Amino acid sequence: MKKTLFDKIWDSHVVESIPNGPDILYIDKHLIHEVTSPQAFQELKERKITVFRPDKTIATADHNTPTENQHLPVKDLLSRKQLQELTQNCKENNISLYGLGHPFNGIVHVMAPELGITQPGMTVVCGDSHTSTHGAFGTISFGIGTSQVAQVFASQSLLVEKPKKLRVNVNGKLKNGVTPKDVILFIISELGTNSGTGYFCEYAGNVFEKMSMEGRMTVCNMSIEMGARGGLIAPDETTYNYLKGREFAPKGEKFEQLQTYWESLKTDEDAKFDQEYYFDAEEIEPMITYGTNPGMGIKITATIPVNKNKSTEKALDYMGFSPGESLINKPINYIFIGSCTNSRIEDFRIAAHYIKGKQKATNVNALIVPGSQQVAAQIKAEGLHIIFEEAGFQLRQPGCSACLAMNDDKIPAGEYCVSTSNRNFEGRQGQGSRTILASPLTAAATAIAGKIVDFTKHLN
Amino acid sequence: MEKFITLTHTAVPLEMENIDTDQIIPARFLKATDKAGFGDNLFRDWRYDQEENLKKNFPLNQEKYQGEILVAGDNFGCGSSREHAAWAIKAYGFKVVVSSYFADIFKGNSLNNGLLPVQVSPNFLMETFKAIEEKPTTKIKIDLENQVIKLIDKNLEEKFEIDTYKKMCLINGFDDIDFLVNKLDKIKTFEKHQTL
Ligand code: SF4
Repeated sequence: MKKTLFDKIWDSHVVESIPNGPDILYIDKHLIHEVTSPQAFQELKERKITVFRPDKTIATADHNTPTENQHLPVKDLLSRKQLQELTQNCKENNISLYGLGHPFNGIVHVMAPELGITQPGMTVVCGDSHTSTHGAFGTISFGIGTSQVAQVFASQSLLVEKPKKLRVNVNGKLKNGVTPKDVILFIISELGTNSGTGYFCEYAGNVFEKMSMEGRMTVCNMSIEMGARGGLIAPDETTYNYLKGREFAPKGEKFEQLQTYWESLKTDEDAKFDQEYYFDAEEIEPMITYGTNPGMGIKITATIPVNKNKSTEKALDYMGFSPGESLINKPINYIFIGSCTNSRIEDFRIAAHYIKGKQKATNVNALIVPGSQQVAAQIKAEGLHIIFEEAGFQLRQPGCSACLAMNDDKIPAGEYCVSTSNRNFEGRQGQGSRTILASPLTAAATAIAGKIVDFTKHLN
Repeated sequence: MEKFITLTHTAVPLEMENIDTDQIIPARFLKATDKAGFGDNLFRDWRYDQEENLKKNFPLNQEKYQGEILVAGDNFGCGSSREHAAWAIKAYGFKVVVSSYFADIFKGNSLNNGLLPVQVSPNFLMETFKAIEEKPTTKIKIDLENQVIKLIDKNLEEKFEIDTYKKMCLINGFDDIDFLVNKLDKIKTFEKHQTL
């Protein structure tokens, strides 16, 4: 039978299928962090069992960490306790932890790929919905709840029903100023936030083939925002070149052997998907969101749709926008470039390239937060920090930061923030904050203008 | 895990779509390292204003709406994978959530905590909201064994789907860890043939 990329990986990881029930799926890599693991460790203790495969478990601290003075003890006592508990649990269970200040530390979905922990053909899980990011390498990667974290601890496996398969094809040439973030915001705005529920989504077409690994991660990251458990892209030369030489990537002959296997993973021609969509790259323009879910997106030059129902009314009310309104020239006081969606080196290169030689508008607070220590080091190595600082942007230490407002990086109530993160839910960036999702380029242009502008006119 | 077989109770309506887990339990309450105490912060920013006063219009704060069943709009539980959302709903006192669609991770998390997500047709959901609006004390019966949800006063019922394995777990108060730990020998054999 013809198989998809997803089928090939899934089928090779099934330990056993329960009749009329789920599969026991073997997990190759289990990534953990401080927020969703403590109760799972607790569960193990209560049942008197230990972590079954600590060598396949990797920990980082990212959600609840400060982005300033990381060398000092964490000020917030609850946060400090949570971090201490992670350290303690990892020690007791022999799990490698790249904690605060470690050169490998970073947002779990930034550090694992850049260290070569994520490799094609694997199953990867983490107690975090944006685990879908790792699908960029041609893996089955998905977010799990804390009970499931405990299950993986106990057995390196999960009981899961095989999802249905969806493929999104985008072909053609992207316009100037259109980035991977715009591509995924466009797809979600077209398909809606629950179009992917019950599915795993493969992205195919020359737009993704030409995309860098950073771009592919941005796209797969947001698969969850259309409801899909995960997204994935077939591994190819771009993937292999990215992986080669990374800390935990296979080396030498082992790499060659694995590459031959990885090459066999592509979706067979004529393999069947349960659902398939096609888009033209030329249709896509820089995107922004106007509402309180990531599906409420429009082209930056378009107007807010006039569409009445209780939920959209509530969303517009929260955002302070009206149906039919254009967001061009809307004053904006905050921008955030960071989060596991857009905090990789390429994102900062794009932003720096636009910002170079310009000044941020005086009304704007501009926050730049690298996804990992390695990205932070690369920013320095390339001299991008000078561009940001000269333009008046604040460059912070790595972490989730203003993406979810668990630490001090919050957007004040009522303020708009053009953010490169992935969720514009009510209060996501701080109680009462209003998030407008966009690409790093759009965020940079907003910071310079102090308002939302159609920057594509000024691109050469 | 607590067993679940049938439940007949009144319900609280939340007629909104795409209710995400950030609303169910905002991130600032995720610093806890145990499972206790999340009920107080369920829908925190919808229940309380910035000065910590109760928002009177929010259904959970309206005296006329009480019960162990939460009825919510389409695509309930989307967003973050935080299981704290399921813990908060359970801790507040709900045993069932009814919606026309549940986000995958939320659904799994609920089932792992003995909170039953009942997915109904959009039409049945509308009828349910109507019934509660007309009569807030309206009773709803959920029969897991037969997979039937019934609006008792209206004599309106619908079948709902649930994974056979998960149903067995709920009815017996059994969980996945017990199951998987019993399979460790099989898992070890599988590992021997692994290439990755
Ligand atoms: S950056 Fe945001 S979305 Fe990504 S893992 Fe951190 S909190 Fe979650």
